Amino acid sequence: MTVMDQRATREGRPVPPPAWQPRTDPAPLLPDAEPHRVLGTDAAARVDPELLRRLYTEVVRGRRYNAQATALTKQGRLAVYPSTTGQEAAEVAAALVLEERDWLFPSYRDTLAAVARGLDPVQALTLLRGDWHTGYDPREHRIAPLCTPLATQLPHAVGLAHAAQLKGDDVVALAMVGDGGTSEGDFHEALNFAAVWQAPVVFLVQNNGFAISVPLAKQTAAPSLAHKAVGYGMPGRLVDGNDAAALHEVLSDAVSRAREGGGPTLIEAVTYRMDAHTNADDATRYRTEAEVEMWRAHDPVLLLERELTGRGLIDEDGIRAVRDGAEEQAAELRARMNQDPALDPMDLFGDVYAEQTPQLREQAALLRAELDAEAEGEQA
Amino acid sequence: MTTVARPPRSKPATKPATMAQALGRALRDSMAADPSVHVMGEDVGTLGGVFRITDGLAKEFGEDRCTDTPLAEAGILGAAVGMAMYGLRPVVEMQFDAFAYPAFEQLISHVARMRNRTRGAMPLPITVRVPYGGGIGGVEHHSDSSEAYYMATPGLTVVTPATVADAYGLLRQSIASDDPVVFLEPKRLYWTRDSWNPEAPEDVLPIGTAVVRRPGTSATLLTYGPSVPVCLEAAEAARGEGWDLEVVDLRSLVPFDDATVTESVRRTGRAVVVHESGGFGGPGGEIAARVTERCFHHLEAPVLRVAGFDIPYPPPMLERHHLPGVDRVLDAVARLQWDQ
Ligand SMILES: Cc1ncc(C[n+]2csc(CCOP(=O)(O)OP(=O)(O)O)c2C)c(N)n1
Repeated sequence: MTVMDQRATREGRPVPPPAWQPRTDPAPLLPDAEPHRVLGTDAAARVDPELLRRLYTEVVRGRRYNAQATALTKQGRLAVYPSTTGQEAAEVAAALVLEERDWLFPSYRDTLAAVARGLDPVQALTLLRGDWHTGYDPREHRIAPLCTPLATQLPHAVGLAHAAQLKGDDVVALAMVGDGGTSEGDFHEALNFAAVWQAPVVFLVQNNGFAISVPLAKQTAAPSLAHKAVGYGMPGRLVDGNDAAALHEVLSDAVSRAREGGGPTLIEAVTYRMDAHTNADDATRYRTEAEVEMWRAHDPVLLLERELTGRGLIDEDGIRAVRDGAEEQAAELRARMNQDPALDPMDLFGDVYAEQTPQLREQAALLRAELDAEAEGEQA
Repeated sequence: MTTVARPPRSKPATKPATMAQALGRALRDSMAADPSVHVMGEDVGTLGGVFRITDGLAKEFGEDRCTDTPLAEAGILGAAVGMAMYGLRPVVEMQFDAFAYPAFEQLISHVARMRNRTRGAMPLPITVRVPYGGGIGGVEHHSDSSEAYYMATPGLTVVTPATVADAYGLLRQSIASDDPVVFLEPKRLYWTRDSWNPEAPEDVLPIGTAVVRRPGTSATLLTYGPSVPVCLEAAEAARGEGWDLEVVDLRSLVPFDDATVTESVRRTGRAVVVHESGGFGGPGGEIAARVTERCFHHLEAPVLRVAGFDIPYPPPMLERHHLPGVDRVLDAVARLQWDQ
């Protein structure tokens, strides 16, 4: 007997026609009330120590990467950088749960996820440095271009996953979006398509508290963003977004489910954006230092470090080695980013169409002439 | 008759301000004058907008009248339609040019044609503010010039200021208009300072009129928004070559001021249209055609266009090669001597 049958008989009303009956019992789709946590709980003992060390290494590297990229904006080497300081656990876990054949669909904030997946950090930063829009071949790395318009990458992830399924490939697409992005129409359309098609997609929402200045309470009245899944007919999972082990577990489950034909999952990672929206934003206008301070105690690096040291899985030397490794990577990034990129303005006309139009050829000739004149002027 | 910008009346009341400040003041004064004016959009409240245009409005008028909406452009503009149907005057902020695209369905299918489909029973007094154009080093999706899309949609008024005084005056007129207005803000000019007398908004010409920013005799530069300062600079530079260029700031793309444009081009006999957006299928084509239709017998040379390239807006490190600058304008002016 369905819930509605029970209610109808209890209240002495006739049983409603079948079309009125919920087609799926929503209960198993509903997220838990509390975000899933692993670190600092008994569940942590089940996690492979190697995985914990790996997560720790990547999260520490991620933290250093964020700091380095932010510093590069101050030196004018990056036009802009949306930092994921405080959100490294989600970035790293998203990258690590994917197989090589899987696809990542990052938003403009998720440079770190792309880097953790193995993308060259300089290539990952071209968009934000401003030398080209996408500095890598998405097919080669199976990372879609970092997407600036909000939520528009989500339908793409669904389409790709659907296509893979049609071809019989066991490929999963993981799409990332912020809390604000869940208000866009494309979010709704993507989730609906994914559920109807039972597409192998995992939607990862990083709820970092704010969409630029707008807090979650002004973004949605839903009990949680994970609850939104139920209406589409897919499970919603709520997870502590600063707990790398919990994220890894929930994301792995969702990826396996998708790979085995179980359809999409919506995961909400509850986290906090420690830095401003970007280096150009003034966060003091919309949040208090006390709030930021509260989250400092729940730092993803701290949570992992406490777990590892508490269980004797890492010592002072181990921690230093990880930090030194991160420092080395940052130094290399800094050195490479301090070289001026070699740009050819003629590339402007390169890939607008597979074959250049006559009009573009004319415009290219105009620019060529201007550049030649400029070069002559410099020599003279 | 040529419309020339009138000098401000009382010198002492004139003070320097930025275009961003003037826009903010126009919103404030409109809200104070008419309780039905509501400002809404992403980050317009607490933050005051990412360009701080709406700074202080939520504090002064309350969050019901200056509202941080959920992040959904179609929702924002769609809700504005309903609010306008119920008698309010929504002023909507689209955060950046390329982020207005999710709202196109609402804009094209509803906002633009509601008056027409209801035979005038339901006009929609909505102002859609869109920061547009490049030159500020923005990354992908932050520098589009989308005016051609708006111009091609009947029912929309499309205006774009180039001066501080016009920013104030045109925005107040847009908000007061009973028709939907796409108000294009040249973000490159947000921080340019200019003398401006907020007490004399009547010095600003109405929507639908172009203005001669610089009188001249040898050729007319027809331009608007971010390209106006470029053309004024080009006109100064051309003096040395013996060219006395007239610069017409169109101000209003729809309705289009054929009278001022025609009068100028008939007098100078030569014209160049200058804008940032791509030339192919761009605003310049329409303008050049209108000029040719009206001035054919007065023209000494074909009407030329100086526009951005026909490419997706380039990354910031290359944008200077794309944006039409003084040199490209001067080259076009030289080409106007094709018969000599
Ligand atoms: C369609 C669209 N509208 C507006 C913007 C401007 N914008 C960039 S980031 C942002 C806030 C996004 O917040 P959220 O989705 O929570 O992601 P977060 O930045 O917190 O990672 C806004 C409004 C945009 N990029 N795309």
